[in-house]
Amino acid sequence: MTEMLIIDLSKCNGCGLCVEVCMCQKLVLVDNVVKIRSKIECRQCMRWCTMCEMVCPTGAIQCPFEVVTEE
Amino acid sequence: MSYTLPNNPEAGIILDDMSVEVELLQSSTYFSGLSSKELDSIRKYIFEKTVARGEIILFEGEPARAVHFVISGVVKVFKTSADGKEQILYLARAGDSFNDVPVFDGGLSLASAEALTQVVLYGMEKGDMEARLREHQKLAENVLQVLSQRIEQIVSLVEDLSFRRVTGRVAKILLENAEDTSGQQPKLTQQQMAAMAGTAREMIGRSLKLLEDEGKVRLERNRIVIRDKEALREIAGVGT
Repeated sequence: MTEMLIIDLSKCNGCGLCVEVCMCQKLVLVDNVVKIRSKIECRQCMRWCTMCEMVCPTGAIQCPFEVVTEE
Repeated sequence: MSYTLPNNPEAGIILDDMSVEVELLQSSTYFSGLSSKELDSIRKYIFEKTVARGEIILFEGEPARAVHFVISGVVKVFKTSADGKEQILYLARAGDSFNDVPVFDGGLSLASAEALTQVVLYGMEKGDMEARLREHQKLAENVLQVLSQRIEQIVSLVEDLSFRRVTGRVAKILLENAEDTSGQQPKLTQQQMAAMAGTAREMIGRSLKLLEDEGKVRLERNRIVIRDKEALREIAGVGT
């Protein structure tokens, strides 16, 4: 299953910057808190751009990476 | 009444005295601590501009006409190399400014600026800014503080870029956090890697891209795949 990005609702201040920068439009603001629109893989994103994590002023959104070794 | 600046059709709109919000002006570090009277006298020299996401606000190398203040949104300030590689210098958020240095030294813009989101900017033309600095000591003190912090930021970036320290540290972090024999797969964000490496987040993205371009790793959606462990060890400066 594709790892989803992590949202810490306690830190989210509803600024909506992550929604604005998301190229896949997977993020949406609901009741002033960011939510992931769908768990289905976005076919437009070949990789995580991590722009949402970059612009978030509170660190509420995180894009975690697994580190693996190629066999 | 609103009108565009002469000889600068890109400048936006100069608002009348009632439109530039004093509160928003005060949110900018430049104007912090100025009295209402001072802000009242300053705001007629301010222009406002709204920029759409993805729009380039200014290009590296063009004549620097105005200092910009971010009122809302996020602006990416970056340099581009001859072969198209991009280095983010910093993100300017609400309260921050950009294009200060070239305006004060009368040169060309040192970096480009792109709106990452819809952005509302205030700005002041070079000549107006110089006159206001002479009139308001507090403004001059604030500018000094902003520029000092900017220098510290840039020096730190230069240090990291010059000595390849960050890439070496990132390589070490990747090696230490790769899946182990227990099947545990620790996950890291770029923010965490930045904290571990003692650098800015912007440097992590650059280091990962560099390692990928050199074929040492491959970046996938939510995975960093180590392709050449020995090479990473060498870059990290650790034994085999």
